[in-house]
Amino acid sequence: MPAVSKGDGMRGLAVFISDIRNCKSKEAEIKRINKELANIRSKFKGDKALDGYSKKKYVCKLLFIFLLGHDIDFGHMEAVNLLSSNKYTEKQIGYLFISVLVNSNSELIRLINNAIKNDLSSRNPTFMCLALHCIANVGSREMAEAFAGEIPRILVAGDTMDSVKQSAALCLLRLYKASPDLVLMGEWTSRVVHLLNDQHMGVVTAAISLITCLSSKNPDEFKTCVSLAVSRLSRIVSSASTDLQDYTYYFVPAPWLSCKLLRLLQCYPPPEDGAVKGRLVECLETILNKAQEPPKSKKVQHSNAKNAILFEAISLIIHYDSEPNLLVRACNQLGQFLQHRETNLRYLALESMCTLASSEFSHEAVKTHIETVINALKTERDVSVRQRAADLLYAMCDRSNAKQIVAEMLSYLETADYSIREEMVLKVAILAEKYAVDYSWYVDTILNLIRIAGDYVSEEVWYRVIQIVINRDDVQGYAAKTVFEALQAPACHENMVKVGGYILGEFGNLIAGDPRSSPLVQFNLLHSKFHLCSVPTRALLLSAYIKFINLFPETKATIQEVLRSDSQIRNSDVELQQRAVEYLKLSSIASTDVLATVLEEMPPFPERESSILAKLKKKKGPGAVTVELEDGKERGELNGGGDRGGDAAIAASNASTPSPSADLLGLRSTAPVSGTTPSAGSLLVDVFSEAGPSATSAGVNDDGFLSSAPPTVASEDPAPPLPESDELLNKFVCKNNGVLFENQLLQIGIKSEYRQNLGRMYLFYGNKTSVQFVSFNTTVSCPGELQSQLNVQTKTVEPLVEGGAQVQQVINIECLTDFIDAPLLNIKFRYGGALQNISLKLPVTINKFFQPTEMAAADFFQRWKQLSQPQQEAQKIFKASHGMDTEVLKAKLLGLGTALLENVDPNPENYVCAGVIQTKAQQVGCLLRLEPNAQAQMYRLTLRSSKDTVSQRVCDLLAEQF
Amino acid sequence: ITFLTLHFLSSPAIQIRFILIQNRAGKTRLAKWYMQFDDDEKQKLIEEVHAVVTVRDAKHTNFVEVRLYACLSCLQFRNFKIIYRRYAGLYFCICVDVTDNNLAYLEGIHNFVEVLNEYFHNVCELDLVFNFYKVYTVVDEMFLAGEIRETSQTKVLKQLLMLQSLE
Repeated sequence: MPAVSKGDGMRGLAVFISDIRNCKSKEAEIKRINKELANIRSKFKGDKALDGYSKKKYVCKLLFIFLLGHDIDFGHMEAVNLLSSNKYTEKQIGYLFISVLVNSNSELIRLINNAIKNDLSSRNPTFMCLALHCIANVGSREMAEAFAGEIPRILVAGDTMDSVKQSAALCLLRLYKASPDLVLMGEWTSRVVHLLNDQHMGVVTAAISLITCLSSKNPDEFKTCVSLAVSRLSRIVSSASTDLQDYTYYFVPAPWLSCKLLRLLQCYPPPEDGAVKGRLVECLETILNKAQEPPKSKKVQHSNAKNAILFEAISLIIHYDSEPNLLVRACNQLGQFLQHRETNLRYLALESMCTLASSEFSHEAVKTHIETVINALKTERDVSVRQRAADLLYAMCDRSNAKQIVAEMLSYLETADYSIREEMVLKVAILAEKYAVDYSWYVDTILNLIRIAGDYVSEEVWYRVIQIVINRDDVQGYAAKTVFEALQAPACHENMVKVGGYILGEFGNLIAGDPRSSPLVQFNLLHSKFHLCSVPTRALLLSAYIKFINLFPETKATIQEVLRSDSQIRNSDVELQQRAVEYLKLSSIASTDVLATVLEEMPPFPERESSILAKLKKKKGPGAVTVELEDGKERGELNGGGDRGGDAAIAASNASTPSPSADLLGLRSTAPVSGTTPSAGSLLVDVFSEAGPSATSAGVNDDGFLSSAPPTVASEDPAPPLPESDELLNKFVCKNNGVLFENQLLQIGIKSEYRQNLGRMYLFYGNKTSVQFVSFNTTVSCPGELQSQLNVQTKTVEPLVEGGAQVQQVINIECLTDFIDAPLLNIKFRYGGALQNISLKLPVTINKFFQPTEMAAADFFQRWKQLSQPQQEAQKIFKASHGMDTEVLKAKLLGLGTALLENVDPNPENYVCAGVIQTKAQQVGCLLRLEPNAQAQMYRLTLRSSKDTVSQRVCDLLAEQF
Repeated sequence: ITFLTLHFLSSPAIQIRFILIQNRAGKTRLAKWYMQFDDDEKQKLIEEVHAVVTVRDAKHTNFVEVRLYACLSCLQFRNFKIIYRRYAGLYFCICVDVTDNNLAYLEGIHNFVEVLNEYFHNVCELDLVFNFYKVYTVVDEMFLAGEIRETSQTKVLKQLLMLQSLE
């Protein structure tokens, strides 16, 4: 076997690496690196031509420096030169440098592609593999354009070496994933599928990844792979442990290939052909049987390899979901793993069982393991294993075991890890509702939930309990009694106060007969929590108080006194003050009849999908939540009471957007939206909700109660663009991707691409906090003239952005004619109740629509002369604000979108570029010349185009880049 | 006009997103990326992975699901998992989709380590430092385009030996 000694072949490299390792400090390291960089630079720039060895050594040093985390801005050309060397080691270093350091839009791509082309046609398998690996590693569109036609030929040619076939298959896969439109498999399909039969297992291993990917995209075209895969699998599964020699791993024949074959089969339904299906079932049975056989080795590698196949086989069995016998056997096998001493196996068994629980054939078999799973939830050391146990309990829950599972989950919640509490709370809430036989159990469970994990009880959960209580009159008395008792606790969670305030406000009368919970006792209890609560809860309590006045006239005087106190009526919070003023007026002026009408009990909530379930789905991703609220209808579905508030707000103002997370009383949606509606209109809609707009006008406006309502505080108009938005815009003139904006709450990332006069931009809004953003809304507008110059289309984003989540928005842009201004992006959302309002300039600049134009020197100068009218030229002379490094300058000019023309300007220090700006109305040819003066650290930039505004704008934009 | 699908938006994506070898102090000994990340993103991932795996002990599984949101494309990582194994002071980590086969990749790591061990005759961390450019060759023989390319140790070593003779 080869022994590789330290850095053999390149002594200078080994010495350099040793030096770096011996550096005592970061400063010393940087010093040593700078010395080396200077040395390499001088070697590269020197008069003496470097031999291949030296070039390789220096390029390799540069690569090492880059991998240490330092920027490298030269040496690319030398690396490209290495590609055409005839020595393997030189070529290899060249390709490695390119793979690691060269990004796809480099100007060098043509030279690189040329070298690759030569190597691909060299018939030297080593060189062919190097070239293919480079394509697979870079995978750029330019490479796809150049080689997508050639590689399938190499892949299926009879005389291609096996190792080259392996590389070609995966290289093609990479190109297909990056540029599916360029990889046309048509004529090759059948021959590629038949690679499954190849003698060489390595070729099959590589080719099957390609086939799996192609099959998942075009299942029909590739369906012949099913029978081939089955017979290949069958041959492997039935072979003895030593039959496959090189491909036997710790006595397991071809474990990775087996897994890949089983995965390929998961792209298809069960085989229709009886013989094929029979053979496959036989394979699956053999795999299950082998799991029961005594191990051939005690090594963990043996059991891991064996079980890798087993788990993949079980995935396939679950995917088919049609063989009860296999499903139950799989379940039993996993059951054994639940108690295995290997943590990995316990984890994987819990995970796999979760999917088995949703199959009707194996649900019962999964349920038999409940005690083991509960035990896992209590005792596993690794939180990720406990998480899986909780997932499985949730998945196996049904009417027969719901009480036990919910109880276990609740008791686990007392000590659960913070990272999984919120999800656990949602699960408990969903299960409690779904399997509630009697609603007192449901109410108990949710109140317990709030008691144990109040901080993690999201709005959806407490909205839901209120909705259910309101919709079910048989539980209202019990709920009032229980919440009253829960509020007795000296320290109770604010969510409990919210639920308590709401329920007692509606149904306090049901327990008022008992002197221990007389109206005044109820009120005093609620009011004792008042000063500890946040503004939204206080507002909710004020609404409960006015409801009390209606329910219990005897409390009127006490409550009016509270409302009249300075701390309410002069509260610095506008919302609280307004409520106090209005409720006080309402209670003193309105007749009992009017009071009874406007403060009537809330009507049942409309039936909608459980917003808790929706939230869990969002947290876990679609498909992860299997429990459906099957009999939700009969009970009335929950939905944020906020929707109610929102709907009402719409009714009142016709302008607000319903927000699923606004609170029950519509507090969040109360900010008046339209100037035409009395600003208080939406404030009291919670009280008037069932009466709708007519009641609002009759009950409130005409009486003029609320004319003193304060004006809106937080403006909903888009904020003016941030002062730094021009700077942010400039950052994106020469690049298309990156982070546009970031503050403590929000991060906005951009990926964009442009073709001709069209562009597509993906905006990613990331919520950096752990709290949801509500009423999240973004708009893109084209101010003034821009409206007729750009056509910008967006879809609205979801109004709710969970903590830690990211939402994506796609913007389609069409350039109608040239433009100067940038579209404005306005983002509005509420974070903890406070309105955030940010405006930015969207980095869409005229240069994005450049098509690079290659031309020879003669053409360039001819066109340059043609554009000699004074208004066609724009020129700027300016000081360099960054370094004047050649590679950086080139990268920026290329990023601008123009073609960088070599050998055009007689002065090699200068840069000239050419491009055509594509707009719908016209094409604008554009020529550019940049003359750096290193001594003076100045640039002169000259733009010429057929349109004066374009010359000026591009010149302005580009001048900011250097 | 057809638009390029941005790499990270397209499903079914590359199986392996990256392979990392780090020591306990967090120094990277190999970083092989199968998706395009910019340098900041890479650095952030390297730090995150280090923070996630080094706190785990032998009683933990060899799998960690990762949830990241701080950077652009990482957001996708909420659906990914790191499969890792520790050898002396080195952590070998592979990042794959949550639906991928854990044990197959776990043994994929071991298979890779055995090849390195054979190739470098009892491999140690320093071998990876001084021969970093050769480690890339080993990786490319065994994993390509984010997929498993060759699993036979004999075949890989034979190929490496042949390449060695070309020095």
